Amino acid sequence: MADLCRRNGLSDLFPETACDAGAVGFLLAALPRGQGPVLWVQDRVSAREAGVPYLTEMQSGVPLLRVQVGRAADVLQAMEDGLGCGALAAVVGEIWGDPPALSFTATKRLALRADSNALPCWLVRRAGAPNLSAARNRWRVTSAPSAAHPDDAKAPGAPRWHVGLFRSRQAKPGDWMVSYDRAAHCLDFSATSGDGALAEMGRAAGERAAG
Amino acid sequence: MERWQKWAAQQGSAPPDDLPLALATEGAHGPVIHANNRAARLAGMRVGERVVDMRALCPDLQVEQADLDGDWRALERLMLWTRRWCPWTVTDGADGLILDTTGSAHLFGGEAALLREMEERLAGLGLGSQIAIAPTWGAAWALARFGPVRAICPGGQEAEMLAPLPARALRLEEKTGLLLHRLGLKTIGDLAAIPRLSLTRRFARAELDGNPLMRLDQAMGRASEPVSSPDAPPVFRTLARLAEPIQDPTPHLPELCEALCAQLAGEGMGCRKLRLTVYHTDGEISTIMAAMSRPSREARHLERLFEGKLERINPGFGFDLITLEAGGVEELVIAQHRLEGGPKDDLDLVRLVDRLVARFGASAVTRPTPRASHVPERAQNWQSAMAAPTTPVSPPARERPLRLFEHPEEIRVLYAVPEGPPAQFIWRRQTLHVTRYAGPERIAPEWWNDRPGTRLRDYFKVEDQTGRRFWLYREGLHGDGRGGAPRWFLHGAFA
Repeated sequence: MADLCRRNGLSDLFPETACDAGAVGFLLAALPRGQGPVLWVQDRVSAREAGVPYLTEMQSGVPLLRVQVGRAADVLQAMEDGLGCGALAAVVGEIWGDPPALSFTATKRLALRADSNALPCWLVRRAGAPNLSAARNRWRVTSAPSAAHPDDAKAPGAPRWHVGLFRSRQAKPGDWMVSYDRAAHCLDFSATSGDGALAEMGRAAGERAAG
Repeated sequence: MERWQKWAAQQGSAPPDDLPLALATEGAHGPVIHANNRAARLAGMRVGERVVDMRALCPDLQVEQADLDGDWRALERLMLWTRRWCPWTVTDGADGLILDTTGSAHLFGGEAALLREMEERLAGLGLGSQIAIAPTWGAAWALARFGPVRAICPGGQEAEMLAPLPARALRLEEKTGLLLHRLGLKTIGDLAAIPRLSLTRRFARAELDGNPLMRLDQAMGRASEPVSSPDAPPVFRTLARLAEPIQDPTPHLPELCEALCAQLAGEGMGCRKLRLTVYHTDGEISTIMAAMSRPSREARHLERLFEGKLERINPGFGFDLITLEAGGVEELVIAQHRLEGGPKDDLDLVRLVDRLVARFGASAVTRPTPRASHVPERAQNWQSAMAAPTTPVSPPARERPLRLFEHPEEIRVLYAVPEGPPAQFIWRRQTLHVTRYAGPERIAPEWWNDRPGTRLRDYFKVEDQTGRRFWLYREGLHGDGRGGAPRWFLHGAFA
C-alpha cells in the first residue's frame, strides 16, 4: 500500500475530524522527499481553523511554497498553475467544506493535469462530504492513539493513524493502521481488523463501489 | 523636507505649518537634525545640531526619520527631469543640480526668463529652489546659495560678483573655512586680494576640498571644471495605435510583448516589472502592473502574467492606444546550463512564482523562513516568495507541532491537576480528556522583544481519548506577580 499513496495523480484526503493534524502528518509522510518544493495551497478558513504549516522543512524535509487565498476557486486555480510546473515535487490543496467551485469537472481537470505532468496531487477536504470526484484514490484518515513511548509510559510516542482507502482504481479498498518511520521515510501499513470475514466483506463492497 | 511634507500630505497626515518639525539622521552622538521646516527655524532649530539639545530649546519639536537614500533617488530623477531646459545636467552634492545652459537660454527668452521659468516649474512640483546662472560651476554654486535671488553673472564679472560673498561659498570643507575665518579672510574678495604665491605656499599639500586657491581658480574660470552628464537610462516601451477603438486588448498583447522583448534583447537587458497602459477614447487611462522575481525577456512568460487581469479593465467606449513599458530593467546574461541546451530547472519554479504573484498578489505567495527564536510563533517567518530563498537551518532541538494556530486559543479547564496539564478541558465546545502527556517544556519570554510583564509558558504535548495530539501551554505561574491565575491555551497540533 505504501507505494500506492506515493503514486502520481490526484488523491482525496478526508480527515475524520476537521482540525485533525494527523491527516497532515500522513500526507507529509506520503509526499516525495528531495525532489523540489511542494506547492501548498490553503483557503483562508482552513488556515484559521486547522492552523498553518509549521517548521515543515526542518521536521519533515519537505520545503514548502505556500499560497494562501480566500476562495476555493482560487485554490483550484493555483493548484492547476502548480501542476503545470515541472520543478515541483507535489501539489497539495486544502479546501474547507463543499464549495460549489469544487465540482466533478474541477476535480477531473486536476486529475488529468496531474496525470499528464506525472505529479502527485493531494486535495485535503476538511469538513467535506465525499461527493462525486475524479480522484484516483480517496483516503480517510483519523489519528489513532500513538505507539508506546520507549522511555516514558505516560508520554505519547510515535504517531499512528487509522487510514481507510474507500475508493480506488488501482488497489483494493481497505482499512489499515499506519505508522511512519521518519529516518527511512517509510510508511508501514498493517491491517486493523482481526475479523477476516468482516474485512473481506468491506473489501467486496468497496470493489463494487469502485467498479 | 519638502519631499517629506508632500509624502505626508499624500498620506493625509500632514502636520500644520506652524508646528515645528525636523527630520533627523543618525549622528556620532545620537540623532542630529538633517532638515527642518519654517516654524522650527523660527524657533531656533539649526541643522546639524543634536536632537536632544534642540528638544530642550523647543519641547514640542516633532522629529521624523530622514530618508537619505530616497532623497538621493529623487534628486537623480529630478536631474533627468531638468533636461527639459538643457541637454547636460548633473547632480551636485546631496542637494544641488548643475545645468549647463550654454546655448539654450535663448529658447526660453533669455537667462532671466529661464530662471523664472525654472523656479515656477519647480514650485509646481512642490519644491523650493535657489537658482543662479554663472559662467563657472563654482560661481553658480556660490551665487545660488549665498548670492541674491535669481542672480545672473555675466561672463568676465565673476570676481566682482563673488567678492562680497563669504569665504565658505567656495565649496570648502568646514575645517578650511574655519581656518580662513581665523586668518581674517572673511570674504572671497579678501582671499582674492592675497598674492597667489602665499596661498600656494600655505595650502601646498591640501586636497581640492581644502584648497582655497584651487577652488578660487575654479570659480573664476581659471581652472576648467566640465559638466560630465550621465546618460539617461534607456526606456523600453512598445505601443499599438489602433485605427478603431476596441474593447479587449488581449489579441494585441502577444505582439506587444514580442516587440518589447526584441528591444530588451537588443540591449542585453531583462525587466522585472511590466506596466500595461490602456488609453480610452474618452480620455481615461487604466494601468495594469505585473512584477517578476527575476529579470526576464521571454515574450510568452510576460504575456502569461497578464492572464486574468485584463478582464478587470472597464472598456467603456473602447480604447485606441495600448502601451507596454518595461520597468526595473537589469542586465540579463543568457547562460547555457546544460550541454544539450534547454533552461535551468529552477527557472520553471521562478515562473510559477511570478504567475501566482501576478494572480493573487505578493503577500499571498510565501515561503517559510526559520528565525533564531525560542518563542514558537517567532521561530518561523513567512517571507514573500519573490525574495531569494534562504538556506535551511538545523532541525529544532525539541519536538514541534506540524500545525500552529494563527493565534493561541484559550481553553476552559474542567479538571485541573496540580502537576502537568489539565485532565479534562473544553476546546471549541468539545470536551477532551487527556490520556497521555509529555512535558513541561518551559519557554521564557524574550526580554529584549517582549513587553515587560509577559509571562513564561510551560508547554505540554497531550494526547486525547481519540488519539489527537495537541500542544498546550500554561501562561505564567501561580504567584509570579504578573497577573492572576495562569491561563491555558492550545497552540498547535501534532501529527
